[in-house]
Amino acid sequence: MSLNVALNLTQTALELGLISALTVLALFLSYTMLNVCDLSTDGCFTLGAAVGAYVALAGHPYLAIVMAMLAGTVSGFITAFLQTKMGIESLLAGIIVNTGLYSINIAVMGGSSILNLNATDTVFTKMKSLLDGTVFAGKEVLFVAIIAVALVVIFLSLFLRTRIGLAIRATGNNPDMVKSSSINPVRTIIIGLCIANAFTALSGCLLAQSQKSVNIDIGTGMVTIALASLLIGGTFMGKGKIPTRAIGAVLGAFIFRLVYTIALRFDMPAYMLKLVSAIIVIIAIAGPYIKDQMPMIKRRFGHRREEA
Amino acid sequence: MLKIQEISKTFNPGTNNAKKALDKLSLGVLDGDFITIIGANGAGKSTLFNAIAGSFYTDEGRIILDGKDVTLTPEYKRARIIGRLFQDPMLGSAPGMSIEENLILSAGHGGWLSGPSKKDLVRFREALSLLDMGLEDRMQQPVGLLSGGQRQALTLMMATLNPPKLLLLDEHTAALDPGTAEKVIEITKNIVAEKNLTCLMITHNMESALELGNRTIMMDQGNIIYDVRGEERSKLTMDDLLEKFKEQAGRKLDTDRILLG
Repeated sequence: MSLNVALNLTQTALELGLISALTVLALFLSYTMLNVCDLSTDGCFTLGAAVGAYVALAGHPYLAIVMAMLAGTVSGFITAFLQTKMGIESLLAGIIVNTGLYSINIAVMGGSSILNLNATDTVFTKMKSLLDGTVFAGKEVLFVAIIAVALVVIFLSLFLRTRIGLAIRATGNNPDMVKSSSINPVRTIIIGLCIANAFTALSGCLLAQSQKSVNIDIGTGMVTIALASLLIGGTFMGKGKIPTRAIGAVLGAFIFRLVYTIALRFDMPAYMLKLVSAIIVIIAIAGPYIKDQMPMIKRRFGHRREEA
Repeated sequence: MLKIQEISKTFNPGTNNAKKALDKLSLGVLDGDFITIIGANGAGKSTLFNAIAGSFYTDEGRIILDGKDVTLTPEYKRARIIGRLFQDPMLGSAPGMSIEENLILSAGHGGWLSGPSKKDLVRFREALSLLDMGLEDRMQQPVGLLSGGQRQALTLMMATLNPPKLLLLDEHTAALDPGTAEKVIEITKNIVAEKNLTCLMITHNMESALELGNRTIMMDQGNIIYDVRGEERSKLTMDDLLEKFKEQAGRKLDTDRILLG
C-alpha cells in the first residue's frame, strides 16, 4: 500500500469518523450523561438526512442544516415527552419514535426511499468553491466536519458546566438525589434529548450532503455504531473532565472508522460493518463485566478440581 | 412557618394491605423551631416527612408552608425551600460529579444557564473548611470517593448553604459509626443555630432527641401522641420519655429498638 493510498484512506476515515462523531457526541449527552439509551437515534439520523436533503434541493444548503437540527429537536422532544409524561418506558419510547419516523422520513423524501443530490448545491459544494486555490483544496468535507465537531465539543463543554448541564448530569448519575431536589427530571430529560437529537440529525444531514444522496437506510444501525465508538473512546479517555471525555468520544468515532476502513482494504465486504459494530459493543460492555466475574469463575473451577 | 391541618394518608387503599400511615395529623411549627421527632418503627415519622416534602400527595388535609398552601405543589418545587437529608448518605449527592459540581448545582447562585462564579467557589471552600474534614482541598474529586460520613456532611452543606425555609433530617446519622455520627450531629447543631433554621429531625436516639432543639414530639399510629417543649421538656429525662411513651401509647413497646437505635 503506497503512502498516497494510506493518506487517502486516513482522510476518508477521518471524514466519515468526524461526521459520525456528531452522533457519538449526541449519545455522549444522552447515554453517558443522562443515562438514557435513545433508540430513536437511527430514525433521527435519517430524519436529519432527509430534511437536510429536501431543503438543499429547494436551494438552501445552509438553511438545510438548521432545519435538519430543528427536525431532530422535535423528534427528541417527542421521545422525551413519551417517557416523562406519557408513562412509556424509556427504551420503548425510542423504539416507537424510531418506527414512526420511518414513515415520516419517506414522506419527507416525497414518497420515495431515495433522494439524489448530485446536481444540488450543498454546504460541501459551497465550501469547495471557497477553498479552491488554497492549500485546503479538495478537503472541503474534512473542513466542514472539523468545524461542526469542534463547535459541538465546545458547546457541550460549556453547556455541561452550567447549572442546567449539571442538573442533566445529576439526573443520569443519581436519580434518587434528583427526586428529592429542586431539579425537575422531566425538564432535564426533555432538554437533554432535544439537544442530543439535534446533533444526531446534524450528523445525518452532513453525511447525506457529503454523499450527495439519501436513502431510507442511511441511519440503520447508527445507534450501535455510535455506541461502539463511544465505548472505544471511553476506554482511552473515559475519565477526567467533560472536554477530555467529549474529545475521547470523537477519537473513538475516528478509530472505529479507521479500523473499518482498513478491514475493507483486506476485502471485508461492506455489509459486515454492522456485525462488526455489534460485536464491538458486546465486547466493550460485556468485557469489563466478565473481567469483574473472572476471580469468582476461577475460584469455582479451583473448587471443583479440589472436590474431584 | 409550617402549618399542617388534619392530613391523612392511606397506602394501598381498598386492599387487604391498606395501611393508614397518617391519621388526621395536625402540627404547627414556628419560625426557628427545632423539633425532634421520636416514635417506634411504622409510627409514620418518615411518612410525615414525605407528606411535607411532597413525595406523595396526602389524601386529605392541608399543608401550609411559609404562608403558601403547598398541598398540591409538586416535590421539586417544594424542594426550593425545603432541604432534606436521609438515613442513606448515598441519596443526597451525585457520585460521578465532583464536590464542586455538586455544590454548584445545589447551592450556586444565578440562573440555570449560568456557570460557576468565583464568588461561589470561594464561599464553598470556606464552608467546607468549617467541616474540618479536609474536603476543601478535594473540590475536584468525585463525590463517590468520599466516606459515608463525609458524604452526609457534604449533603448537609449542600442543603443549607442557601438557607432553606425548612430542614428535614430523617435519621441522617443512623447509618454512620458512633464517632462520625456525633460529628455530623455537632455540625448539624452549629449550622441550624448559626443560620437560625427551622428544622424537624427524626431520631431513634433518646439522648439527642432531648438534647437537641426546643421541642420534642412523639408519634404513634400516624399521629402525634405527645408534644413537649419549654420548661417541662428541660426537666424530662430519658426514662421519663420512655415512660411517657408507654403511658400515651397504652401498649407494650419495642423498647430495645427505641433505646439502642
